Amino acid sequence: MSAGSEERVGFFTDTSVCIGCKACEVACKEWNAIPEDGLSLSGMSYDNTQALGASTWRHVAFIEQPRPEGRTELPLTEPASANGPRHGDGGPAGDMRWLMSSDVCKHCTHAACLDVCPTGSLFRTEFGTVVVQEDICNGCGYCVPACPYGVIEQRPDDGRAFKCTLCYDRLGAGQEPACAKACPTESIRFGPLDELRERAALRVDQLHKEGVTEARLYGHDPDNGVGGDGAFFLLLDRPEVYGLPPDPVVTTRDLPTMWKHAGAAALSLLGGLALSFALPGRGRR
Amino acid sequence: MTGTRGAGRRRARTGEQLMVPRAEFDSYYGRPVIKAPSWAARDIAGYFFLGGLAGAGSVVAAGAHLTGRGRTATAMKVSSLTAVSLSAAALIHDLGRPERFANMLRVFKPTSPMSVGSWLLSAYGPAAGAAAVSAVTGRLPRAGAAATAAAALLGPAVAAYTGVLAADTAVPAWHGAHRELPYLFAASATAAAAGMALVAGPVRENTPARCAAGLAALAETAVTEAAEHRLGMVAETYREGRAGTLLRASRVLTLAGGLAAACLGHRRPAAVASGLALLAGSVCTRFGVFAAGVASAEDPKYTVVPQREGT
Repeated sequence: MSAGSEERVGFFTDTSVCIGCKACEVACKEWNAIPEDGLSLSGMSYDNTQALGASTWRHVAFIEQPRPEGRTELPLTEPASANGPRHGDGGPAGDMRWLMSSDVCKHCTHAACLDVCPTGSLFRTEFGTVVVQEDICNGCGYCVPACPYGVIEQRPDDGRAFKCTLCYDRLGAGQEPACAKACPTESIRFGPLDELRERAALRVDQLHKEGVTEARLYGHDPDNGVGGDGAFFLLLDRPEVYGLPPDPVVTTRDLPTMWKHAGAAALSLLGGLALSFALPGRGRR
Repeated sequence: MTGTRGAGRRRARTGEQLMVPRAEFDSYYGRPVIKAPSWAARDIAGYFFLGGLAGAGSVVAAGAHLTGRGRTATAMKVSSLTAVSLSAAALIHDLGRPERFANMLRVFKPTSPMSVGSWLLSAYGPAAGAAAVSAVTGRLPRAGAAATAAAALLGPAVAAYTGVLAADTAVPAWHGAHRELPYLFAASATAAAAGMALVAGPVRENTPARCAAGLAALAETAVTEAAEHRLGMVAETYREGRAGTLLRASRVLTLAGGLAAACLGHRRPAAVASGLALLAGSVCTRFGVFAAGVASAEDPKYTVVPQREGT
């Protein structure tokens, strides 16, 4: 059933070229007609969006870091020049660096939200993506704590669960998702997952050669705890700095063990009570 | 503003220097990595308790039925029917779209403990209902006996699967204890059912309930210990805050109730008091485990550190 009739597609978000413009957030909200979900100043750098949620399907994280000793500044798209690493855009001493990253649903190969959904509302599309059917969802909320990335959420005034659909409607019409379309730096790349993985490997090699040793891919490995993410990233620090789990595992991987223990627990309950009736029952009746 | 070094502040608080190589965990402005369940504690922790009381209660009812302890049998059948009805009400109330509760039976998915539970409850509920109605009205005693047996066979599953329901999530305090939670919930359910039998049944019929109360109290204490040992640093969430208060209360109530039931349960006042303590202990266990799960989801430390240690 999950065998896609189309090629599996996804996102490769290269955070090394993200400029924090939030065009992806806006394009996503507009295209998908997502309601406003709070306008407040968070105090978290330029990030007033704060997190992915029922009404936020793209979220740009902003991290201001004191630059550790010897850490190079990103050459961005230009190759390293002869005068060595560049300095910040007019920043006085360049002693800070800004990390920006546009987060999104990972469309996991082994998706916990989909596995635990009791109604079948969450399903795998022909493009290998994971989508909620809003006419089926009854708002049980099980997918919310099941997601190892904290992506899916219930909309309080609606009750149902919502998340990124990877613009299922646009894919059907041969279009790329709104966020990728709007991204001015191609930080968000959309395409067949295999191609994206190849591109990403080249990009990380290129960055390493240019001295950006902290560049790393996140979620690209088909052998990771969720069987590989349909949306993966190039990060410039550890995943948890961006609010991403370092080594997430699909919870249902352990479900067979859990069912075994539940069976044994049920039998223990039955046995314990049978014993309670059998032992004293002799003397009594 | 760095804001990202969650452990930075923690270290400062413990008086350590920030010179140490790298904080043992980073976070994004201290924000949670995963989303805590939006379930209402009253509905879902309440259901864990009520489902356990109903499920284990049906086994007690069948045992009492089989051994000629008529009044206890009837009382437990009524208790199970009441508890499972309240369970259904709580579960439907907690849905974001309660009018769509029937969608729970739209598919059968073994990968979803909630789907399995929905099907279990839809088989168990009518059986428990028929057993109670037959016992109270005295009609169709054979059908009543069959329903009693069916409820007793399905009951343990109803009591134990909720452990899987909680554990099959990314919530560190629940998933980390996925081997222990079913036993913990089964023991807590047994304690609750034994407590109900002590309260509702006559003293001359309560020897099995006293025995079960003692066994369940010991089992629950031992399993909680094992779960905390397995959880490592995440076990903090079982000891601190609201969860810590509830689980400490649960331990005292359950052990005292179990001990009093076993030793003094032949006297009516002691039987009632110990029964109430066991019921209250089971409530505290469920709400405590629920609170620990929420606390572990809300602090990124409990998501990041165990995953870092695993890699």
